[in-house]
Amino acid sequence: MSALNINGKDHSVDADPAMPLLWVLRDILGLTGTKYGCGIGECGACTVHVAGKAVRACKVTLAEASGHDVTTIEGIPDSHPIVHAFAQLNVPACGFCTPGQIMQAVAFVKQKPDPEDDDIVQAMQGNICRCGAYVRIVAAIRQAVGADR
Amino acid sequence: MIRIVNLSRRKFLKSMGVGSGLVLGVYFSPDGDAATDDISKGSTAGAEPGQLAPNVFITVDPAGTVILTVCRSEMGQGIRTTFAMIMADELDASWPKIAVRQADGDPRYGDQNTDGSRSILIYEKVLRIAAASVRQMLEAAAAQTWKALIADCRAVDHEVIHVPTARVLPFGQLVKAASTLPVPNPDKLRLQDFSSRRYVGHTMPSIDLGAMLHGKTPFGADIALPGMKYASIERCPVYGGKAKSFDASGAMNVRGVEKVIEIPATPPPTGHLPLGGIAVIASNSWAAIEGRKKLQIEWDLGPNANHDSGTYRAEMETTSHRTGRIVRTLGNFESALAGAAVRLTGDYFVPYQAHATLEPPVAIAVYEGGKLAVLAPTQSPQIARQVLAQYLELKEADITVRPTFLGNGFGRKSMHDYICEAGWLAKALGGRIKVVWTREDDIRHDYYQPMSLQRLDGGLDKNGVPIAWRHRTVFPSLNSTFHADQTSPDAAQLSQGFLDMPYAIPNLRLEAGVAQPHVRLGPHRGGLSMAHAFASCSFIDEMAAAAGKDPANYLFTYYAGPKKIDLKALGVDYTNYGYSIDEFPLDVGRLQNVLQFAMDRAAWGDPLLPRQGRGLAVHRSFLSYAAAIIVVTVAEDGQISIPRIDLVLDCGQIINPDRIKALMEDSIMYGLGFALYGNLTIKNGAVEQSNFDNYQLARAGITPEMHVHLVPSGQSPTGAGDPAVPVIAPALCNAIFAATGKRIRTLPIDTGQLKDSPAAGPAAPAAPNAPAAIPITPTGGAAPKN
Repeated sequence: MSALNINGKDHSVDADPAMPLLWVLRDILGLTGTKYGCGIGECGACTVHVAGKAVRACKVTLAEASGHDVTTIEGIPDSHPIVHAFAQLNVPACGFCTPGQIMQAVAFVKQKPDPEDDDIVQAMQGNICRCGAYVRIVAAIRQAVGADR
Repeated sequence: MIRIVNLSRRKFLKSMGVGSGLVLGVYFSPDGDAATDDISKGSTAGAEPGQLAPNVFITVDPAGTVILTVCRSEMGQGIRTTFAMIMADELDASWPKIAVRQADGDPRYGDQNTDGSRSILIYEKVLRIAAASVRQMLEAAAAQTWKALIADCRAVDHEVIHVPTARVLPFGQLVKAASTLPVPNPDKLRLQDFSSRRYVGHTMPSIDLGAMLHGKTPFGADIALPGMKYASIERCPVYGGKAKSFDASGAMNVRGVEKVIEIPATPPPTGHLPLGGIAVIASNSWAAIEGRKKLQIEWDLGPNANHDSGTYRAEMETTSHRTGRIVRTLGNFESALAGAAVRLTGDYFVPYQAHATLEPPVAIAVYEGGKLAVLAPTQSPQIARQVLAQYLELKEADITVRPTFLGNGFGRKSMHDYICEAGWLAKALGGRIKVVWTREDDIRHDYYQPMSLQRLDGGLDKNGVPIAWRHRTVFPSLNSTFHADQTSPDAAQLSQGFLDMPYAIPNLRLEAGVAQPHVRLGPHRGGLSMAHAFASCSFIDEMAAAAGKDPANYLFTYYAGPKKIDLKALGVDYTNYGYSIDEFPLDVGRLQNVLQFAMDRAAWGDPLLPRQGRGLAVHRSFLSYAAAIIVVTVAEDGQISIPRIDLVLDCGQIINPDRIKALMEDSIMYGLGFALYGNLTIKNGAVEQSNFDNYQLARAGITPEMHVHLVPSGQSPTGAGDPAVPVIAPALCNAIFAATGKRIRTLPIDTGQLKDSPAAGPAAPAAPNAPAAIPITPTGGAAPKN
């Protein structure tokens, strides 16, 4: 049994310790906001926070995540400035990459509350949006950090 | 035409098989909570007791919630929101009191095949009729209640008002009375005469926005049913191959793996049916994927084992240098070319490309009691149902197909092999199964955009006037995925940006070549205009350059002659995306208009910095008109950056401006990905790429400064998802030419060959009859290939 704290709630998971956190979240715990897009850490659709840092859940095993606090999209409140800005700019198109984009952005602005535009683009470079909403994603993050100040 | 019937009166629901006990109860509520119930519970379509449901699209419940059943698939184009906007204006409904649910695949909804940017064109009027009939029934019910004249009762913001006395009744309180009334005859309906609309034409938040922001919109991949098993399938790396033998013992030793079963290979052409392969069934996705890695399989690679995309390209290029089947002709091309002062030649190449939807194919199938229910991200649930019925020898009445949200579609999810895999496994195993495609599966077993070779030959007279144009297109027919012996594209494919060449050139020849198919091909975003516009919008730019003319002025000059090109009169078999050419003509005036619009907004002709160039492209596809002007900077190391792009779309009436704008932003990125990265290669019959590390997509870093312009129009609302994509690649390549003098004819763009290119300098518009900016190709010579 592996112990995980997800979004402030303790879980005990009986699964192969080598199973990527992505599949633990999706198939075992039913937290499907974290998406599978590539399985090799290239698309960012499965971005979650482990111990406060943005990671690709497809590249972290259950064993590695055990004992750490995990935050998924389901744990980000509506009131978060990033979520608010994504809503204001009507960012999602199909919405499939949106949770990963938000998780990446939330961790980024926490670590760098006053970013330049280039920093934002660089931080989001690992998150593919196949609907090409990058111009809105970057604008939303810019707006959110403005609102934070 | 959609038949309007009163479901609540006729208890239509029970007769339509949805009471059959095999309906999956996934209900898409406006806040997106997907209550994934067990099967046999509830339905999504039709009225329940006490509701008003005069047609299949709109239901009003006694609490006053207006429930719109959306019959087109949601894949990011915002169709659920746009349909709700159309309905809400006609019904005069209040936005917060609207809920949207997704229709199952069922012919009573009409056309559900969500491709080709047609949803608004097909359904705008239908939805208005559906909403107007509900409104008139509510008004009539109020009149009956008040014993007043119907003419004095008017729906306003989710209530009916008795105008003379200002009495009001909310919609919900009128449901009971209204549901006993006859449905107005569609011909007698009074549609709203809008002086202004509250929703259509305005920026509206997506109706699923709140759910999407919290990861709660259920995509196919997110559906889980009690007792469901997960399947991952190893397919033959070569199209048309099959397993000779396999050893499952290693797979069975993986924790969570429960079974290994072979799905029979479909002999090519496979159409919508599975490729076949070895399916590993497990208690979760990862176990199934890991189990697959331990399979030992001996393949019979079949007839395509020697397919090599490099060799194929060379063969197709040879074909494109020979006379093909003539599909449009005017004047005498050969004598005009012989007499031309300047001759130009270009070989244009577009490689195979994958769809790469961010959500890979996935499907859930439940087979219980002889009936099949499928939940899947599909662009075409009716066709999925038909295909399943044929493949599994079931009656359509015993099959339910419910579309989930789609993490992109792009035509991939118009093909139903993954749904058939799930259906076959559910039937074979007698239960609930989810077929999970990995990204590697998706890249290696897609229905590809065909490789294409195009040869263009043109001639100018001594004044630079284009007098001869020959365009040969060679690509394997998409129909080859469904039918044997399809070696040349049909009229519908050639109608995508090829037969409708709009330039007024007196000697014209369009030819189609022959190409043997070796892979599965399928519909893609932008269609075959992606290749055709790349070539034709580039070659007219080559002509302008050879003539020493400003390319925009050149285009204006040769959008000459009648404003509407009558292809029928020219004897061309042009299919016009299935629509009447009289109603939706090939309108050169609209092409000129989007070009002028773009030139004005992009400050065409303004000076640029050194190493910069400005390029343009204009194209009609999917009945809409698009123009792009791109500014590119080419660094000394060949790397390019795009400081600015202006994109103009004329898609007729603008229903949902924010989503159209989003689709334009999307078209830019999709088009840049196509131009800069998309490149799928095949060796020994197998795809060489596998994932996003070696099959690149556009990322945030290449996002240009975007200026999107929508042309105000009162014309019928036509497409927005596809038509702006094809202009991006040629506009970019024309800009690179303006910056460097290097002509790009091969995609994806090889920036390495731009290294150390001399800066051609700012592409200031040339004065009429000015000397050519680049050396004119000598008569009889061929332009250098790249």
